[in-house]
Amino acid sequence: MEVPILKQGLYLIASIQAALSDVDLVHLRDALAEKVGKFRARGVIVDVTVLDVMDSFASRTLRDLAHMTRLRGAETVIVGIQPEVAFAMVQLGLTLEGVDTALDLEEGLAFLDKKTKRRTSRG
Amino acid sequence: MGDQKTKKNENRGSGASPAREVPPDDESTVSLLRELVNHLRKNRTQLREEWARRITAAKLLGAMTSEEIFAEATSVYDNYVEVLETGAVEALQAYARDLSERIIPRGVETDEVVGIVLLLRDVLARSLFAKYQTDFQLLNRILDAYEPAANRIANTVAVGFVQERERIIRQQQEAIRELSTPVLQVRERLLILPIIGVIDSQRARQLTEQLLRGIRTNRAKVVVIDITGVAAMDATVANHLVQTVEASRLLGATVIVTGLSPEIAQTLVTIGVDLGKMNTVGDLQGGIEEAERLLGYKVTPFSEVSTQPI
Amino acid sequence: MASEAIILINSDIDVVAARQKGRELATMLGFVSTDSTLLATAISELARNIVRYAKHGEISIMPVQSGDRVGITVVARDKGPGIANMSLAMQDGFSTSGGLGLGLPGVKRLMDEFHLVSDVNTGTTVTIKKWKR
Repeated sequence: MEVPILKQGLYLIASIQAALSDVDLVHLRDALAEKVGKFRARGVIVDVTVLDVMDSFASRTLRDLAHMTRLRGAETVIVGIQPEVAFAMVQLGLTLEGVDTALDLEEGLAFLDKKTKRRTSRG
Repeated sequence: MGDQKTKKNENRGSGASPAREVPPDDESTVSLLRELVNHLRKNRTQLREEWARRITAAKLLGAMTSEEIFAEATSVYDNYVEVLETGAVEALQAYARDLSERIIPRGVETDEVVGIVLLLRDVLARSLFAKYQTDFQLLNRILDAYEPAANRIANTVAVGFVQERERIIRQQQEAIRELSTPVLQVRERLLILPIIGVIDSQRARQLTEQLLRGIRTNRAKVVVIDITGVAAMDATVANHLVQTVEASRLLGATVIVTGLSPEIAQTLVTIGVDLGKMNTVGDLQGGIEEAERLLGYKVTPFSEVSTQPI
Repeated sequence: MASEAIILINSDIDVVAARQKGRELATMLGFVSTDSTLLATAISELARNIVRYAKHGEISIMPVQSGDRVGITVVARDKGPGIANMSLAMQDGFSTSGGLGLGLPGVKRLMDEFHLVSDVNTGTTVTIKKWKR
């Protein structure tokens, strides 16, 4: 199943609509990485509000995604992790270390604004 | 001889008291049961009164009024006789749980419930003695049919009561735990979770769940967890604390831990926590100031009254 | 009461199916949402291990009862290579996903009961249980 990816200014927003198989998740990762390069995006938001389970594979794939997009010059932030999903994740030891997270889309955008502004002012 | 129809209606899977294999009924047992049930139904009024009288004499159900006792007695009597006849243990279990749910809040204790059921058994047994006393052999056969059935009923009701009681206690404990761990919103986007007293694994987990829900509901960006009031923490609970910090981050919130005693700091280090990575401040006030700083509030010295967002 | 569900695990699609089945049963039995998620997550990890290491296996999910307590038992079985070093597999470094990358210590933390049997000749069986609160 394809996850729709929207472009909003310099950001890409991927809103997951339903449970994803491993293959779908990998596709999403690669699609986002590709689009970051294509559109020279500065930020990526992945909205996982709908996901009711985040296991080790999902965790690893999202970390890979953050890594890949960073290499292409974009920051990735994961938003919408549900309280119980977060709870289950940390019990399993999945902390998404190295990946930025925010509460929801609104917070994610605010986060990216702050982060990319910082970079521009330095550059 | 032997047991009655109970075997057909027994349902082991519903967690009834350990059931034993019962030999199939023979016709005479069935007809005996029917006969004694008829007798118990015909004499319902006086037997029920006798029972109620004995309950009061034994000073049972003191927490209930006589109207209440009468109402419950009537339904218990009818159900008792019904189960004698049908052997429908599952229906009895459901009734027992239902009854327990009603009377436990009224303060009825286990020994009282067991007591009144046994009294009923005895009242009915005496009545059977009286009726069949002239024919000793028949009386024996009647009792052979009655006793196992009556004992099974007593057992079922007692077990049902105890299980219901345990369930209620568990529920209450859970509710108490929830009440005693308030998550406070003191400012926009800032939550404080003061932890006081002894925490065990269960409570720690409940704390975490409440906090995470609170972060989402209040859209908190900073959480101050104050453990000044926590005396000691073992490795398991320390782990929970770390997990709480990590889970909060996944929801986009930063956690500041305040009130870390040297002992607890030691426990954290022992389980491998890098205290350098955990955001800790000495006391709660300091933690709140740090939180406000993170949130972009202009921080003024404590002596001044208000702090304003920039 | 609902009966046992057996999900054959052969690919990652089955991982999703298995955990959804687990969640379904938990919801039906009245588990609180948080515990449903914990159960589904644990199933996901176990199923994933099967796919990754044994290629094929099965997950059975069934309701259990003890007195008036209700729970769910999950058994993850495979005839794969087995775990050579059990103690290493259960080693719990809390901040990592746990010994040998199998996530088993984590799964143990998520559940109320956990039992592991593994042999290089016969495969691996993980049994976990979660009780309703």
